Amino acid sequence: MSMGRRLALIFKAKANKVLDKHEDPRETLDYSYEKQLELLTKVRRGVADVATSRKRLEIQMQQLQASGDKLQSQAQQAVSAGRDDLAREALTRRSAVNQQLADLQTQHSQLQAEEEKLTTASQRLQAKVDSFRTRKETIKATYTAAEAQTKIGEAMSGISEEMGDVGLAMQRAEDKTQQMQARASAVDELIASGALDDASQPLGGRDDIQRELDSIGANNDVELELAKLKGSLPAGQQTQALPGGAQGAQQQAQPAAEENQQ
Amino acid sequence: MIVRILGEGQRTIEESALDGLNALDNELIAAVEAGDEDKFSTALSALLNRVREIGSPLPDDEIVPSDLVLPSPDASLDEVRELLGDEGLIPG
Repeated sequence: MSMGRRLALIFKAKANKVLDKHEDPRETLDYSYEKQLELLTKVRRGVADVATSRKRLEIQMQQLQASGDKLQSQAQQAVSAGRDDLAREALTRRSAVNQQLADLQTQHSQLQAEEEKLTTASQRLQAKVDSFRTRKETIKATYTAAEAQTKIGEAMSGISEEMGDVGLAMQRAEDKTQQMQARASAVDELIASGALDDASQPLGGRDDIQRELDSIGANNDVELELAKLKGSLPAGQQTQALPGGAQGAQQQAQPAAEENQQ
Repeated sequence: MIVRILGEGQRTIEESALDGLNALDNELIAAVEAGDEDKFSTALSALLNRVREIGSPLPDDEIVPSDLVLPSPDASLDEVRELLGDEGLIPG
């Protein structure tokens, strides 16, 4: 037997189970309608859940992107300070961050596809539920037992199949969302542990590369200040006051001192 | 006749198109029975593409049972087997 027919039979079997539940087939219609409304609520909640997960991923992606950008600029700073070792460390971390980012991007597009599918499914189910309600009322109004059996059977098989389909889609989206949430928590933990440097941290906080870069910068500042101080000292005092002073300052001060002596 | 692709809704196709679909369907069944994941996904997407090509979507407010129900495009072999196995329609 064909694959499609086997699957179709499964849905029919399920619809028949529901039909057999009630003695008066009209009750089946009402019962089914209630179930449809329940499912519709669940599907809408499902869409909202997927959207929440997607947004959470987006925030993480922004954090990782900022983190990667920061590491890139740290690598540049390190290279201009002549610290290849620091630059290498920054680039290694950046590549780990990029790897994570690429993973999240893949998951993000999967989640987005899931969200779109579920949204379409919920719109379709809404249209069918509305149509079922109308049909249900018509059948109940013109009810004759013999005729009703077939009409109700048709409506029930059709709507059961739709509900089965939407139910499967829901389950699938839920599974994906759960995986994604577990994954998102793992990334949050990584960021919290500092393994993936979080760019939202205050500068220097937990960030050893930044600390080293800052200290290089601070050393340079000290040298510059020193040079400035030396330059501003009255001539003659300079060599005495600072016998082992910085080279730059001496070179600057020397011509001025000679000028004075002449 | 009415065909449903799980997750995508129902389509109407001409009865005469069934023969062409059967050939694709046989490949799909063979792949499921052999447990060949690669062949399964190739056969499944060939079949679904054909159905999408020749079928026109059923209006959303129409409620009819399908004559055929096909797995969703991203279904794995295990999922399909589980679906069928649920009601014991596939032995093994």
